[in-house]
Amino acid sequence: MSLHTLTIHELGAKLKTREVSSVELTEAVFARISATEERLHSYITLCRESALGEAKRADERLKARGDNSPLLGIPIALKDIFLTRGTLTTCASKILGNFVPPYDGTAVKKLKERGAVIVGKTNMDEFAMGSSTENSAMAVTRNPWNLDRVPGGSSGGSAAAVAADQSIAALGTDTGGSIRQPAACCGIVGLKPTYGRVSRFGVIAFASSLDQVGPMTKDVKDCALMLEAIAGHDPADSTSVPAPAPAYASFLDGNAKGLRLGLPKEYFIPGMQPEVEAAVRQAVRALEKNGVEVVEVSLPHTEYAVAVYYIIATAEASSNLARYDGMKYGYRAQGKDLAETYFKTRQEGFGPEVKRRIMLGTYALSAGYYDAYYLKAQKVRALIKRDFDEAFRKCDVIVTPTAPTTAFKIGEKTDDPLQMYLSDIFTISVNLAGLPGLSLPCGFDGDGMPIGLQIIGKHFDEATILRVAHAYEQATEWHKRKPKL
Amino acid sequence: MTTTTYEPVIGLEVHAQLLTESKIFCGCSTRFGDEPNHNTCPVCMGFPGVLPVLNKKVVEFAIRVGLATHCEIARYSRWARKNYFYPDLPKGYQISQYELPLCEKGFLEIDSGGGKKKIRLTRIHMEEDAGKNIHDIRGDYSLVDLNRTGVPLLEIVSEPDLASAEEAAAYLKILRAILQYLEVCDGNMEEGSFRCDANVSVRPAGARELGTKVEIKNMNSFKAVEKAITSEIARQIETLSEGGKLVQETRLWDAEREETRSMRSKESAHDYRYFPDPDLLPLAVDGKWIAEIQASLPELPQARVERFVAAYGLPRYDAEILTGRRDVADYFETAVKIHPNAKAISNWVMGDLFRVIKDRKLDDALRIAEWPIPAAHLAAMVKMIDEGKISGKIAKTLFTEMLETGELPETIVKEKGLEQVSDAGSIESAVDQVIAAHANVVSDYRSGNEKVFGFLVGQVMKATQGKASPQIVNETLRRKLASA
Amino acid sequence: MKITREEVHRVATLARLQLSSEEENTLTEQLDKILQYMEKLNQLDTENVEPLAHAVDIVNAFRDDRVANEPQTESLLANAPAREQTFFKVPKIIE
Repeated sequence: MSLHTLTIHELGAKLKTREVSSVELTEAVFARISATEERLHSYITLCRESALGEAKRADERLKARGDNSPLLGIPIALKDIFLTRGTLTTCASKILGNFVPPYDGTAVKKLKERGAVIVGKTNMDEFAMGSSTENSAMAVTRNPWNLDRVPGGSSGGSAAAVAADQSIAALGTDTGGSIRQPAACCGIVGLKPTYGRVSRFGVIAFASSLDQVGPMTKDVKDCALMLEAIAGHDPADSTSVPAPAPAYASFLDGNAKGLRLGLPKEYFIPGMQPEVEAAVRQAVRALEKNGVEVVEVSLPHTEYAVAVYYIIATAEASSNLARYDGMKYGYRAQGKDLAETYFKTRQEGFGPEVKRRIMLGTYALSAGYYDAYYLKAQKVRALIKRDFDEAFRKCDVIVTPTAPTTAFKIGEKTDDPLQMYLSDIFTISVNLAGLPGLSLPCGFDGDGMPIGLQIIGKHFDEATILRVAHAYEQATEWHKRKPKL
Repeated sequence: MTTTTYEPVIGLEVHAQLLTESKIFCGCSTRFGDEPNHNTCPVCMGFPGVLPVLNKKVVEFAIRVGLATHCEIARYSRWARKNYFYPDLPKGYQISQYELPLCEKGFLEIDSGGGKKKIRLTRIHMEEDAGKNIHDIRGDYSLVDLNRTGVPLLEIVSEPDLASAEEAAAYLKILRAILQYLEVCDGNMEEGSFRCDANVSVRPAGARELGTKVEIKNMNSFKAVEKAITSEIARQIETLSEGGKLVQETRLWDAEREETRSMRSKESAHDYRYFPDPDLLPLAVDGKWIAEIQASLPELPQARVERFVAAYGLPRYDAEILTGRRDVADYFETAVKIHPNAKAISNWVMGDLFRVIKDRKLDDALRIAEWPIPAAHLAAMVKMIDEGKISGKIAKTLFTEMLETGELPETIVKEKGLEQVSDAGSIESAVDQVIAAHANVVSDYRSGNEKVFGFLVGQVMKATQGKASPQIVNETLRRKLASA
Repeated sequence: MKITREEVHRVATLARLQLSSEEENTLTEQLDKILQYMEKLNQLDTENVEPLAHAVDIVNAFRDDRVANEPQTESLLANAPAREQTFFKVPKIIE
């Protein structure tokens, strides 16, 4: 049997009974990577040696028994935005091309403590800015379902790796859809938890008020297990919420009966790929059969979300990325003096999309424009959040498509940044409102590309999202399909 | 041609380093003087992925200062990022407060000789300090030490209510005294834990509109502040009087040439792009917390002046000087508790002790432990004078000995045989000798020239090496001179 | 026009980006288009709306005033492009 194709919970059983070892499993995953990576380019850095060491230690813990971590011995990939002590962390940028962190981020630390085996660091859009992973300074990652298509982004490498069984699961980050959209593009499950649910410490910041860490997995149960491992308060992150994280997997009983499901009319727009709309409506009917009640809700400020997002996210990013100046770490260009060193380092170190966003964000904060752009965006952000508060009075979860289309072709949108930004239209509002949102496969289009269903929950109510997602997954077979590579 | 009279308008911006153990947003030590980059971590070095977590003590200290300076304490305030590039600013932004600072609308009372004057405080906010750049004079590079990065600072901004360099100095002194009384800042200007920038402008006397404002930096002593402001006012008046124009700019005080000079600013138009820091939560301060801090405030300098006048009967002048520094006032009170002659102790502190402190340049530090004479020793010495054990004259010698050796006055007096001679027998024989040796003077006196009495007293004191009790010498001498 | 080439240059200076002349042209065009799109926010009356900075409504996260960090100068300087002893070495700063 091909071990690499299994899920965390399937492998957990085999590892505990010692039917397979973590070393065997890890070898299998690396064998799969060897066979496919040349075509996919999911990874920036592979950690074969350290992974085998970790697998060996996991096997010892498994031998000793008494260890209940569901992640013990499981190979997991990390988006290259997570700081890993002693392992190159580039954020897919030339400016951090040689950066080896002196510390592990909180989520990484938690995974390591729970015995996960770190396979490697996955490709992404530079500084998580993008929706296709084409903005990586390292490589272009390809969609396992069709090598001419993008895997989505910015966590495209993590999505491709999980979809192609190059890892059992992965971590991504989501600022405006960067977990959910690639999950949809690659036909896997991706969850962006509530803002504050998972620590951001040790995650390279893009937009601090929107960034959130989350799991990317082969099915909903794995997603719950991963979330359980990484969620919870972290004293090192002031914005992490001091609330206990429940045992998410225990909510998954295949039943969503009695829950109210909201369908926002603003999310079914002209210009949307008809197969996407059809698949989502089909999924809603399937859930109805399971006993959920469907209600129409309204999120009237949806059309402003992209504008709000690209002001707030870029403004925060322009400040967050100021530290990449060639003084303390990372790339330094040779300049004749300090000023020239700054200018050349940043000019040469950042790619075009990152520069575009730094420019936009700097402009939005600059004297004379702050009120018109940044402050205005924060006010509309309040209205968008209010929309959700209203809608959630009528329903327990909101269901929408994850993206208006399936994965597009490589190079198709690179010339028109605004068109690229608009592909985030269904995921962005969730970040602005700080809500949890999950994407899971709900069908395929005529070209055989996966379609994603987005389920949005109330603040800190990941449990209900997972319950609905699981109920849907139990009733369908989409998650069992694998790309032919 | 008529000459315009100008009046200066001055506002001060003080940066005070807070005496916390750890930095404002990370667990690094705030200790001064360690190896470069010793007290750093990924957070204060601005590594990728790091996040700030606020040191609660910093807020408490800021509220203390806010309450002591009659500020309104904001129930809701927030953190902002001030964005600019500089090698000593590792994140490319400084975490500070902008639109919603913690304290606003306070005031201080100063008295620079012209009676009491209220100086309004615009705001007090918290922020992180930057690191230090060291410029190699020969080399073509600079060195960066980030030990100071993230040390908590209060920025205390006054309204432009100060009208002279003297007022500015008085304001700084009272502000520093308050910070020291509150034990939140050591007030050391030379080490940079208490820094001051001045905004100076001049306008025709009586005018309402403000003139062009110039910011002066790089003043690292009280004297420098006074001199820099005086020099800048003169420069501005001269420029205007000659029909010139002033430009709004930042000027550096050059202590050697005693003048301000223009900074060749690389980035003349600063655009700091302040915005709320998304990594830090808003700060909510409730009434209970404020009340607790209020209740824990120590007696402040102005209250202490009143008490010193009332309780010790000191002249206001003495009381104001003694309370100018908390450690001096504490020193004084410790001594007075041991020996309750307040005026005598005050005289010694303000006279001899201050001179020593000044000579040894202990002036700027709150280091009472390093003072050469402990309060108990000074009290013991004054007590010995009051009890007639030593003369006032000998006391001066004794003081110097105490300074050199750090010994108790009793020990020195015993060792050096400095006790006052009060026994009538030995004084009488000394008086007899003097009378015998100065027959001419004695007859002069007896024929009515009272003035020479002092000379004779001096001779007796000389004969007893200054140790004779002056009172007994006087009595004995008068009696002997009268009797023959 | 929402943004001019001169403004693009000014913003690039603030952000310490030495854009090529070609980049300045492209960015002027692209930013202009994006900013035109942002215009739609002005359709909304936000007069009485409080700006939202944090999506989750919590306040006050503190740490106690304790020195908690062990010095780790060497590992922190390991990534430095240039150093001298335990200083970061940077191009000469001209005041």
